[in-house]
Amino acid sequence: MEYFERFAIPHPSQAIYASMVAIGLTVIAIIVGLTYFKKWGYLWREWLTTVDHKRIGIMYLISALLMLFRGGADAIMMRAQMAVPDNTLLDAQHYNEIFTTHGTVMIIFMAMPFIMAFMNYIVPLQIGARDVAFPRLNALSFWLFFMGAMLLNISFVIGGSPDAGWTNYFPLANNEFSQSVGTNYYLFALQISGLGTLITGINMIVTILKMRAPGMTLMKMPMFTWSSLVANVIIVFAFPVLTVALTMGTFDRLFATNFFTTSDGGMDMLWANFFWVWGHPEVYILILPAFGIYSEIISTFSGRNLYGYKSMVGSMVIISFLSFLVWTHHFFTMGQGALTNSIFSITTMAIAVPTGVKIFNWLFTLWKGKIVFTTPMLYSMLFIPTFTIGGVTGVMLGMSAADYQYHNTMFLVAHFHMVIIPGVVFAMLAGLHYYWPKMFGFMLNEKIGKWTAWIIAISTLLAFMPMFVSGLDGQARRMYTYSASTGFGLWNMISFIGAIGLTIGFILLVYNVIYSIRYSPRNVGSDPWDARTLEWATPSPVPYYNFAKVPHVISTEALWDAKYHQHELFPEPYEKIHMPNNSGVPFLLGCIFFAWGFSFVFGMWIPTILTTIGIFICMAHRSLEKDPGHYVPVEKVKTTESKLRGSQL
Amino acid sequence: MSDLFPMKQVMGFGVSIILTIIAACVYFFNLSFPITMTILLVTAFIQAGLQLVVFMHAGETNDKPAIYTNIYYGLIIALVTIFGTLLCMIWGYI
Repeated sequence: MEYFERFAIPHPSQAIYASMVAIGLTVIAIIVGLTYFKKWGYLWREWLTTVDHKRIGIMYLISALLMLFRGGADAIMMRAQMAVPDNTLLDAQHYNEIFTTHGTVMIIFMAMPFIMAFMNYIVPLQIGARDVAFPRLNALSFWLFFMGAMLLNISFVIGGSPDAGWTNYFPLANNEFSQSVGTNYYLFALQISGLGTLITGINMIVTILKMRAPGMTLMKMPMFTWSSLVANVIIVFAFPVLTVALTMGTFDRLFATNFFTTSDGGMDMLWANFFWVWGHPEVYILILPAFGIYSEIISTFSGRNLYGYKSMVGSMVIISFLSFLVWTHHFFTMGQGALTNSIFSITTMAIAVPTGVKIFNWLFTLWKGKIVFTTPMLYSMLFIPTFTIGGVTGVMLGMSAADYQYHNTMFLVAHFHMVIIPGVVFAMLAGLHYYWPKMFGFMLNEKIGKWTAWIIAISTLLAFMPMFVSGLDGQARRMYTYSASTGFGLWNMISFIGAIGLTIGFILLVYNVIYSIRYSPRNVGSDPWDARTLEWATPSPVPYYNFAKVPHVISTEALWDAKYHQHELFPEPYEKIHMPNNSGVPFLLGCIFFAWGFSFVFGMWIPTILTTIGIFICMAHRSLEKDPGHYVPVEKVKTTESKLRGSQL
Repeated sequence: MSDLFPMKQVMGFGVSIILTIIAACVYFFNLSFPITMTILLVTAFIQAGLQLVVFMHAGETNDKPAIYTNIYYGLIIALVTIFGTLLCMIWGYI
């Protein structure tokens, strides 16, 4: 039994034991359910082995929503703990574990897959392609991400949660100060899912550069595709830094190297440096596709083309470069001199300029437009003012001298939540409502959707505005409790109420999905919003080959041209369509990577070696395998199309 | 004959051998640290450029602009990262 003692939790509580039971029961329920309804074959054929970018997109979406609730549960526990002074709901160690998990899950396993979901689903449709450039790699990306996420998620019931913050600063994360295997989980979960993200980055760049429909030059791409291209370029250049830093951290923890130690030639601040060399571009990886979604939505529901297309593209390209020049502003107080801090202050403020250009472009798009207030549009309109609060406080934090006052206070926490929630989460929810009919063939309920949008927006303000005040009053982030005499009690109570509001909002979102599945009409057609871009030119839900005929494009708004300017979108006759074959290897490789990470976390070397060999066998299999794909014959395309489009053809 | 003989590649191979020998020399001569590093860095960058252009055919297809944009962008990001790191970890660190 001694061997199994390593899997015990170092700091258990009733709640964790309850979670273990709940996880066990859920797994049993899923297995029994799948067996009872005879869905194993369906699951394997249609989902686990799929290489279809649309299905992978939907799997990303489901994972992102699950992780949203996981991270949300952490958030509500933290807010409950902080709601009153001297609370004993959680102890210090649990609080550390929870804020670490909350941050990691929300950024890496909620926001990232959410944007990946939309990039996977929408980009090939927007450029008139039939899949991404490397469909098999795309499946591998998803499974690597998913297994990385699962690895982090089991940490709190097997071996202990990471507890050094989502930034995982060394030397705190060293063996000396973080003795449980939690930090190993963090390192390997991020490594594995980061690998998936890097692969997606390359895949998407090639897709966008090589697979556009005839006539679609770079400057005729829809804005979401442009933003995805720029975001993926940033991914390819930023993620290797994280990979290297995580590897060095892993070596420090498992093999006693001294990269991030305070002695023996280690540099104790190097981790923070590397982390933010990746971390700051990461912010733009998240926010640019979100901006792309806003651009699509605002232009569609203003009934006019996007104002300042070229300046939008230009500002994104500038952001992609500037995002690599500002990382030191995350640790102004770490000991650099005034000159260094000033340089990074200036670059930080410079990046507000292209962002401002984008905001003004949206406002000018609205100007004299015929605005229709649908749910996606409501989210976009709520985004602009709320995001501006986050942006302006960001410029405040960017002033290095003033930052000494704000650093590591709740002011900072309020700032980045006010940036990421309106900037990314609102965009994802707007995109969810906007693209839902494309993905599933029916609309989400508008009335419930608008209620949800208002509740979430107001609760966001309620939850995070008080933190600006308590932060300026000196409440440090990551404190697990405080005394009544500090006067933070009122602000934290308001925050807690806001957090409850957010919970209600997200429950309402789930209710909306369930309600709409039951009651929403199914005959909404392929273009329910009167949109402008190519993804709406194919039936909803989209047939697996996307476009029966290759579309021809003459402007940024191909569908609008076709609908209102007599442009012929599909001039070619039907031809047989070449499609990739499904494969179970990406899923298998993902599972092996999970076992590989798990073995590494606990330093179990024999399984580590075996799984490493397994990984190489899978890769060799791919190299030696002959997979020419398959053709869909013309007759089959014709019958599918006439069934989907009915009399429209 | 000149069509069949890969002059460019043979030249490239010769040059990369010479660069390797120069880099290896620093081990045998007792040079100071800055000079050693300068020799190693310069030969390394020339070597990398040679590999990209001659042996990986960076400029020989229609993708030439995309490939070179990518290389220059990557180079700039790498230099910014390295010098920025030096700035805040060593030069500007009090």
